[in-house]
Amino acid sequence: MRVFTAAIAIAIAIAAGVLILGGYFFPALASVQTLLLNWTIILAGAATLVGVFNLIAVHTDKIRRREKGSAYSALLVIGLVATLLFGMALRPEHSFMRVAMNGIIVPVEAALMGLLTVSLIYAAIRLLRRRADLMSVVFLITAATLIIGSATLPFGNVPVIGTLIYPWVTQVLALGGARGILIGVALGALTTGLRVLFGVDRPYGGN
Amino acid sequence: MIELISLALIVLSAILLLAITLRMRKRPVNLREIPALARLQHTLGLSIEDGTRLHIALGHGGLLDARGGSALAGLATLRHIAERTSVSDKPSVASAGDPAIGLLAQDTLQAGYQAAGVGELYVPTSGRVTGLSPFSYAAGAINILQNENVSANIMIGHFGSEAALLAEASDRENVIVIGASDNLAGQAALFASAQDSLIGEELFATGAYLGAGISHAASLTAQDILRWATILILLGGAAAKFVGVI
Repeated sequence: MRVFTAAIAIAIAIAAGVLILGGYFFPALASVQTLLLNWTIILAGAATLVGVFNLIAVHTDKIRRREKGSAYSALLVIGLVATLLFGMALRPEHSFMRVAMNGIIVPVEAALMGLLTVSLIYAAIRLLRRRADLMSVVFLITAATLIIGSATLPFGNVPVIGTLIYPWVTQVLALGGARGILIGVALGALTTGLRVLFGVDRPYGGN
Repeated sequence: MIELISLALIVLSAILLLAITLRMRKRPVNLREIPALARLQHTLGLSIEDGTRLHIALGHGGLLDARGGSALAGLATLRHIAERTSVSDKPSVASAGDPAIGLLAQDTLQAGYQAAGVGELYVPTSGRVTGLSPFSYAAGAINILQNENVSANIMIGHFGSEAALLAEASDRENVIVIGASDNLAGQAALFASAQDSLIGEELFATGAYLGAGISHAASLTAQDILRWATILILLGGAAAKFVGVI
């Protein structure tokens, strides 16, 4: 029975993949593609709800077992349930919900962004201790040069670094390298997608 | 015209992938050494012996956009790691920043357990959605690193610069970090902050190096052939432009 179910799941996944891909190239399949994508969006919305329930389940389990950090889990569950209830009762456009968004979520994410700056500087300082090789030296010299080159100073750009090296590195070396990496990533994504389309990789269950 | 070229590229890639897979059944290939993936192999064995947990971070990429490829590569890696570590005292935990990927992570973990013959040991909460924005995802994943006896943090998927927060939290907990992202900012952050990072398309090589099957190794060879073809086309185009043909 399990083999039969898996075979049906594979057949549906491959057919859906081929139809959606075909919709980009054959106008006759465009309407089927739109229909399937609309279903996908609805399912993705339902998956969000499942994800929220999963988050609640994980953290209530932690609270029940009195695991390390369970106080934070309690705070998360209370915050999540309270925001959900208030959001449903008052609607997301209500001024209270906007205050909750602008007064809690935005500043917390901004604070994390600030922490990220410190984390990256700390990581750069420790890089040579962790991995003392040529690439690390090149990485650090490039990063330092570009920071100096892009610095806003009262007298304008730093001579040579800001006027010659910075534009050349960003517009020639970095741009070329970035395009090379992105082409490689795109080819990797293409072959990974094809493996899923052939049913070799099955992230939707089954062995 | 662009549609035609895209279709030709997809058909060519599919034919290449099939042909190379069939060829590799008879003659397997040797893969060059990638230090990050060698360490990943070593870490897998070590975590089972230590009775510690692996955290597989799948990033916040979804399936409905261009970041889906890295998420699928992460899931393929997760499938193999789940199978290898399912008998460990502390089974692996996967985190995702996208609900659909979170669901697929649960399904993939379960499939890995079933393949190892220990389906009854699977716990649904080992696949989690920790947050829906990049920073909330990172904050939720840091909580796992700090509180769940994790020995290695394997980050494979779509990460932006917030990857540095995860790597730094891992460092503070003496957790090994192996990172790969399809995002350029994420790759730079991981290069600076992780013990081992994978650059560019190396992200998609993880399955082949973990022994996930011939098709993974075949797709690496197909990528190499397509990359060389792209280089030749770019050089040919530049030369043709230089001499005034186009």
